Amino acid sequence: MILFIAKRAAQAVLVMLVVALIAFALFRYVGDPINNMVGQDTTFEQRQELRQTLGLNDPFFVQFARFVGHAVQGDFGQSYQLRQPVSELIAQRFPATFELSMVSALMALVIGIPMGVYTALNRKSISSRLFMTLSLVGISLPTFLIGILLILFFGVILRWLPTFGRGEVVQIGWWSTGLLTKSGLESLIMPAITLAIFQMTLIVRLVRAEMLEVLRTDYVKFARARGLKPRTVNFTIALKNTLVPVMTIIGLQVGSIIAFAIITESVFQWPGMGLLFIQAIHQVDIPIMAAYLMLIALIFVIINLIVDILYVVVDPRLRVSGK
Amino acid sequence: MSVLLDIDGLKVVFESRHGDVTAARNVCLSIASGEILGVVGESGAGKSTIGNAAMGLLERPGKVAGGTVTLEGERIDGLPPEAMRRLRGAKISMIFQDPLTSLDPLRTIAEQLVTTMTTHLPLSEREARKRAVALMHEVGIPDPEARIDDYPHQFSGGMRQRVVIALALCAEPNVIIADEPTTALDVSIQAQILDLLRKLVRTKGAGMIIITHDMGVIAEIADRVAVMYRGEVVEAGPTRKILGDPDHDYTKSLISAVPRPDVKLDRFPLVEHIESAGSRRSLDLKTHWLGQKRDYGALDGPLLSVRDLEMTFRVGSMFGGGRRSVNAVDGVSFDIAAGETFGLVGESGSGKSTIARLVTGIYQPTGGAIVFAGTDLAGITRRRELNRHRRQMQMIFQDPYSSVNPRKKVGAIVAEPILFHKLAGSRAEVNRIVADLLDHVGLGAKVAGKYPHEFSGGQRQRISIARALATRPRFLICDEPTSALDVSIQAQVLNLLKDLQAELGLTMLFISHDLPVIRQMCDRVAVMRRGRIEEIAPTEDLFERPQNEYTRHLLKLMPKMTGAAA
Repeated sequence: MILFIAKRAAQAVLVMLVVALIAFALFRYVGDPINNMVGQDTTFEQRQELRQTLGLNDPFFVQFARFVGHAVQGDFGQSYQLRQPVSELIAQRFPATFELSMVSALMALVIGIPMGVYTALNRKSISSRLFMTLSLVGISLPTFLIGILLILFFGVILRWLPTFGRGEVVQIGWWSTGLLTKSGLESLIMPAITLAIFQMTLIVRLVRAEMLEVLRTDYVKFARARGLKPRTVNFTIALKNTLVPVMTIIGLQVGSIIAFAIITESVFQWPGMGLLFIQAIHQVDIPIMAAYLMLIALIFVIINLIVDILYVVVDPRLRVSGK
Repeated sequence: MSVLLDIDGLKVVFESRHGDVTAARNVCLSIASGEILGVVGESGAGKSTIGNAAMGLLERPGKVAGGTVTLEGERIDGLPPEAMRRLRGAKISMIFQDPLTSLDPLRTIAEQLVTTMTTHLPLSEREARKRAVALMHEVGIPDPEARIDDYPHQFSGGMRQRVVIALALCAEPNVIIADEPTTALDVSIQAQILDLLRKLVRTKGAGMIIITHDMGVIAEIADRVAVMYRGEVVEAGPTRKILGDPDHDYTKSLISAVPRPDVKLDRFPLVEHIESAGSRRSLDLKTHWLGQKRDYGALDGPLLSVRDLEMTFRVGSMFGGGRRSVNAVDGVSFDIAAGETFGLVGESGSGKSTIARLVTGIYQPTGGAIVFAGTDLAGITRRRELNRHRRQMQMIFQDPYSSVNPRKKVGAIVAEPILFHKLAGSRAEVNRIVADLLDHVGLGAKVAGKYPHEFSGGQRQRISIARALATRPRFLICDEPTSALDVSIQAQVLNLLKDLQAELGLTMLFISHDLPVIRQMCDRVAVMRRGRIEEIAPTEDLFERPQNEYTRHLLKLMPKMTGAAA
């Protein structure tokens, strides 16, 4: 088990190095970093000097090693536009995105999985059909449209909820949380729903399809033939088997919620990383883009690692080197 | 002997939009304690439907439309679901066919046994566990205290079937319905499991219905037999009487379709009554595409020569940890002469199928040589050259369901090899050839526009055969081509293969675990065990005068239809 985790972790490091290479290439070769930093009236000699002091004349591997070394310590240099350390900017924005993503992921799971199970067990009932039709609507509506409709309805017409921003936040160390104030929670509702709807419908459909598959297997039939209680058959046996393949997809979805909250953040002017990233793209602020790339890759890698470990915990067939 | 289960005039229908389909009608069966009743018939005969109906496990849209089911004097058809659930497992239980899929892969044997016991019996978890250990001992699982906490995947197929039996019996039911309990197992394991079932029925005074398509199993274990055909019991009586002197025409043809272990026949006697044998419109092979370009030139020596073939797989071990290698094929040599049918027989894991995959190039051997028509296949590096050889050998796989692409029409499936190897000039010619091939294997040219799911297993195997013929091969590798099929369909497919061989002068490598089938099909046989050949001999010699001890052991296990021989 420990060997397995070590192996996976080593693979994760390799993935991160490859991403770092891409991020570094972006940094170093998209445009000239010196041009991005200095004004137009800087002389050629000053530029050369800066190049030398920044180490841009060093061999490729030395530069890459330095980049990775700094990145490991969370140092991605200065933002070109905002003239602040990138790590600070990200640290300011990350809690907003993280809270939004986690709340909506939780929403998607807590509603999505039971609904998937329900629609699989009561395949023919009217409410299942209704759920499935609604989920089709949820899966086909673009995120920004849902967001705008929510704003229109609850923000503009009913005036129940704030339409933009995070509301009041409470600072706990470097982490700013909106979960502890009324306005913070109110502001969270609409963006979280917007972000959750697509994931939720996906999970409903995924769980339903997988569960229907499992309910047709011999071991479920055999469990019924042994007179086990429907609750045991459906939940202890069928649901557990359903969740094995579903776990991977859910893991990746949680990753993509964090990574691609961009649209939702734009719609609701949510001061998260997505918004920061969009602005960085507009202004060709490469250090921010590189850091964002690395961070998202790291999140995906960590989630994958967790999913892999969960797999081994749940499925005994994968405990290859157990015992 | 008291009657435990009595089924009287049972009728089961499946409701559909196009009206009701009757799956079983007027079925009357009964079993007494200590008795084993065999229900035999081919797929679609309604055997399993009867079992499911008695258990209250019919899935929608199926329902009992008439008749009664009485369990130990109490009527149980039409009981509400919860009352029926309480009976299942406790009074009447079921053993499933495939031990690899009937156990929950995520829970230990102990958990599965204990849940079942505590559901039905007033036991604490600890008592249940103690009983579970005793029961595992009873069904012949060695070292039950240690193994009870293992997961299903840590057991072999035969051991898993013992676990399934333990699970079915753990709440002490008096009636057991065993639905094809040994079909997925090797002969030697089959014999053990049948022994175990017989012993359990006798000692516990339970009654068992054994549902099977296999006459050999019936002959081995059943006291009485009911023969089912199209949802009806056409004949019932003591096993000896039914197998030895059947009255009904269907029973007669069914028995004649069972490959005889004791004597080789030229063809299987025709099996009417069953899925239409498909009238073959034979082609004039002298002029037809299929018969042309069959002149491969004279051959010195055998068509296929396998020398010291080795195949090593590296696998991660389930238990010890670390990797180890398995010699799936370990120094195998044999020759197949042109026009010969060469049999490979052995139990699962003996390396038979691996050899088929090595010969066709699906696997690369780790050692040894495969010489086809005088060319060493390992020496061929150019793809075009390799394709030229591959065209000459084709394979027919075991599972007719997964070996044809479900998303393609039959015509396209058969046309694919012709197009790939560019064997025909125009699309129109290809279509004509495909139509002729489908006609030739007895499916009829019209089926080209249909999809595989519209066909039965036997028909799909005919599609596979047509596809194999589409490259105009000279060498056919049949890997258990009929082991997924009913006996009568098997007889038809084997007849077809024999006919094609005679017409086209095909050479065949015929792989099977089924000794009687081997006897009917092959000129020479090699017996395999653990990657090695134990004995090679002409078929009749092998069956009449086996030299090798393992061969003798296998022949002894071969189920005999005692009745039929009488």
